[in-house]
Amino acid sequence: MTTAEATKVKSLKVQRFQPSDNPTKNFLTEEKGVWAWMTTVDHKKIGIMYLVAVTFFFAIGGFLAVLLRTKLLSGSSISFIDANQYNQLFTLHGAIMVFFVLVPSIPAALGNFILPLQLGAKDVAFPKLNLGSFYIYVIGAIFTFIAIAANGLDTGWTFYTPYSSESGTSVLLVTFGVFILGFSSILTGTNFITTIHKLRAPGMTWGKMPLNVWALYATSIIQVLATPVLAITLVLLMMERVLGIGIFDSALGGDPVLFQHFFWFYSHPAVYIMIVPAFGIMSEVITTFSRKTIFGYWAIALSSLAIAFVGFLVWGHHMFTSGQSPIATTVFSFLTFLVGIPTGMKILNWLATLYKGSIKLDTPMLYALSFLFIFSIGGFTGITLGALSVDIHVHDTYYVVAHFHYVMMGGTLIALLAGLHYWWPKITGKMYNETLGKIGSALIFIGFNVTFLPQFVMGSQGMPRRYYNYIDQFAPFHIASTIGSYILSVGFLLILYYLLHSLWKGKRAPANPWGSRALEWQTTSPPPLHNFEHSPVVINEPYDYHRPMEEFQLGIALDQGEDSDHTEKEKV
Amino acid sequence: MGRLFDFMLPEAKSPTADSTDALFHFINEVSFILLLGITIAIIFFAIKYRRKSDDDVTPVIKHNNALEITWSVIPLILSLIVFAWGYSGYLNLKSVPDDAYEIKVNAFKWGWNFEYSNGAISPAELHVPAGRPIKLVMQSRDIIHSFFVPEYRIKQDVLPNRYTYVWFSANEPGESHIFCAEYCGTDHSGMLAKVIAHEPDDFDTWLTTSNTGASDDPVEHGKSLLTLNGCQSCHSVDGSKGIGPTLKGIWGHDVTLSNGSTVTVDENYIRESILDPQAKIVKGFELVPMTSFMGILDDKEIDSIIEYIKTLK
Repeated sequence: MTTAEATKVKSLKVQRFQPSDNPTKNFLTEEKGVWAWMTTVDHKKIGIMYLVAVTFFFAIGGFLAVLLRTKLLSGSSISFIDANQYNQLFTLHGAIMVFFVLVPSIPAALGNFILPLQLGAKDVAFPKLNLGSFYIYVIGAIFTFIAIAANGLDTGWTFYTPYSSESGTSVLLVTFGVFILGFSSILTGTNFITTIHKLRAPGMTWGKMPLNVWALYATSIIQVLATPVLAITLVLLMMERVLGIGIFDSALGGDPVLFQHFFWFYSHPAVYIMIVPAFGIMSEVITTFSRKTIFGYWAIALSSLAIAFVGFLVWGHHMFTSGQSPIATTVFSFLTFLVGIPTGMKILNWLATLYKGSIKLDTPMLYALSFLFIFSIGGFTGITLGALSVDIHVHDTYYVVAHFHYVMMGGTLIALLAGLHYWWPKITGKMYNETLGKIGSALIFIGFNVTFLPQFVMGSQGMPRRYYNYIDQFAPFHIASTIGSYILSVGFLLILYYLLHSLWKGKRAPANPWGSRALEWQTTSPPPLHNFEHSPVVINEPYDYHRPMEEFQLGIALDQGEDSDHTEKEKV
Repeated sequence: MGRLFDFMLPEAKSPTADSTDALFHFINEVSFILLLGITIAIIFFAIKYRRKSDDDVTPVIKHNNALEITWSVIPLILSLIVFAWGYSGYLNLKSVPDDAYEIKVNAFKWGWNFEYSNGAISPAELHVPAGRPIKLVMQSRDIIHSFFVPEYRIKQDVLPNRYTYVWFSANEPGESHIFCAEYCGTDHSGMLAKVIAHEPDDFDTWLTTSNTGASDDPVEHGKSLLTLNGCQSCHSVDGSKGIGPTLKGIWGHDVTLSNGSTVTVDENYIRESILDPQAKIVKGFELVPMTSFMGILDDKEIDSIIEYIKTLK
C-alpha cells in the first residue's frame, strides 16, 4: 500500500513510546499561576480558557431560555416579564448561543486542545495568534455585554432591517461587538488551516488524518470565507445608522430584503461552522467505542468539504416568503436538497461503522447514539423546510424553531457533550463518575425531546415564532415544552456537578482509558507541555483497530543508527 | 384522511392547501419509516454487538460500493421527488387566477386593515366571499411584517418598499386566524386578525354597509380614522397606558418631552406628531418609534383627527 511513502520515510528509525499512566509532569503542573495562563501560548491552555468562557456563556444563554419557557407557560400578558423584556430575552438567548457558544464551542474550545495532539504537533502553527484570537473573543464579548447592559437589544439575533435600523436599543454597539468577534473566528480558521497543512506528524498523509481533523479543516475554510461577509454586512448596517446612507432602510431608499441576503450569505454557512465540527467528534467517538475501522473514510472526509462548498449556495432558502423572485426561490430549494445528501450519507456511514463492532455504551457513546437519532430528525425536518410549498406554511413558525434546535442543540451541543466526556480524561487527567454520566445523558436526551418535539406540532399547527402571547389552542404544547426545558436544566446541572467534582475527587485517568487508537491518546493524560516527549510517527490509518496498539505508539527513535531491541524499522 | 401525521396540521380551508398537505404527509411518512429503521438499527447493533471482552477483534469493513451507491441514489431520488412536488405546489400558490377578487392589505405596527374597491376599510377583519379566488395586494407602512393564515397554508412577507401579493380561496364560509409571522417588535404577538368568509350574497351586503371612513361630521370622521388606521393599538382613548401616550385629556395640556422641554398639545403639535413623529417624543416613549403618516393621511383627515382629539376630555 505504501511504496511511495516507504521510500519517502525509509531513513526514519522508529521506536515504541508507551505513554506512562503516572506522568510526573504535565502541562497543568508546568507554567502555573494566573499570569502564566493569561500569557500562555499553549494551545491546550487556550482551549481550556475557551471552554470555560463557552460554558459561562452557555449558562447565561440557557438561563435566558428557561426564563422564556417559564413565561410561555401562560399565553397571557400578565407575567413576570413584559413584551419588550421578552423580546430582549429571546434576542439575547439567540445571539449568545450562536455567536458566543455554538460558533466557538467545538473548534475553538475542543478543537484547540485536540487538533495539534491529533496531528502529533507541539502546538498550532501560530501560537501567539491563537492567544490573540482568544483575547479578541473576550474583548468582543465584553463589548457586546456592556452594550446590552446599557440599552438592551430587541432585534432578534438576525438583526433584520428596517426593524434594526430604527430600534431604540443598542443595535450599533452590539453589531460592533459581533464584528470584533468575527475576527477571532477568522484568525482561528487561518491558524487551523496552516497547522493542518504544515504540522502533520511524519507519515500522516491526508488519507491518514483523523476525521475530526478533516471536519475542522472544512470548518476553518468556511470560517475564513464566510465571516468577512458578516463583517461587511455589519459595517453597512453601521454606515446606515451613523451616516444615514440608505442601504437597507426603505425610508432612505434602501432595500430591506438586501439585508436578508447579506445576513444569510454568512449565517447559512455559519450553520455549517457550527455543525461540521460535530461530525468530526462523531467519527472519533463512534470508532473508539466500536473498536472498528470507520466505514467510508473518504465519503465522510470529502462530504464535509462538499457541505462546506454547497453550503455557500443555499442561503436563499431562509427567504422563500421574503418576496425574492420565484425563480431564485426555486433554485435555492433545489440546491438545498443537494446539501442534504452528503449529510444523510454521513449518518449511514456511522451506522454502518457500528455493524459488527465491539460496542461499549460509555457516556460519550450514549451521546453519540443520541446524536444519530436527534440529528436525523433535524435532517428530515430540514427536507420539509426545503420543500417549497410546505415551507410557505411552516416558515417562521415553531416548526423552524424546533428544526434548528434539533440541528444546533441536538446536533452540535450533544456532539460537544460527547466530545467533552470523551476527551475529559485527556484534558483534566481525571475520570468522571460514569453512572452519573449515564444518568446525565438520559436526562439530556429525554429533556431535549420533550422540549422540542411539541414545537414541531404547534409550529405546523400555525404557532408563529417569537410570540410573547399565544392563543389558547397552543397552550398544551407550550406547557409540555417548558416541562422539557426544566428536565434539560436538571441534566445540565448534574453534568456540571459531576465534572467539577471529578476535578478534585475524580480517579486519576490512565493515558488511554477507552483503548483508542487515536494519536491524542498515545501521550500521557494530561499531556506534557509540548504534547509528546517524542516525535510521533504514523504508519497506519487512524481507525485501524485490527492493527496492534504498539503500531500507534511509534516515534522517531532516540538512538539513531544503533540497533537495539526497542528499535524497529518502519514497517511497510 | 387518516394519515399518520394528521394531528400536526390544522384544518385545510383553501384548495391550494391540498398539495401542500399531501407533500407534508409524504415527507413525514417516509422520514418516519427511515428514522424507525435507523433507530432499530442503532438499538439492534448496540445490543447484538456489545463488547464481550476487551480483546474483541472487529472485522475490517472500509467500504461497500453497492451499499454506498444505494444509499446515495435513493435519497437523491426521494429528494428530487420532494423538490418537484414542492415546486408544483409553489407554482399554484404564485399563480393568481384571472378572476380573483382584489383586496388591498395594509400592515403596520401592530395591526392590519383591508381596503376594498368601493373605499370600504375593514380593520382587523378580512371579509371575503367564499368559493372565489381572492388576491391580496399587500404593503407595509413601516417595517417588514408577514401575512400568515395557517388554515389556508399561505404566508407572504409584507414589505415597506414594494407590493407583495398572495392569493387563496375559502372553500366554505367560516373564520380563520391571521398571524403576523415576521418579528416586528413589542406587540408582534398581538398583531392578529381574522379572515371571515361569507356566502357571496352576505359578502355583498356586508360590503355595501361597511364603513368607508367618510362622514360629514369631523369628530365622527376623526374617530373612524383612528380606528381604521390602527392608531389605537398604541394610543388609547380612555386614558389607559399603552405603547404610546394616551390621547385622552391631552388637548391644551403641556407634555414633557424626552429632551426635558415641554410643549403644549395644540393643532401644530398633533399635526407634527402625525407627519414627523420623531421630532418631539413624549418622555418615557422613546423605545418604540411611531410610523409617519405622511402620504397616508391628508390635511382634511388630520383636521378631523384633531377635532376628535379635542373631544377626548
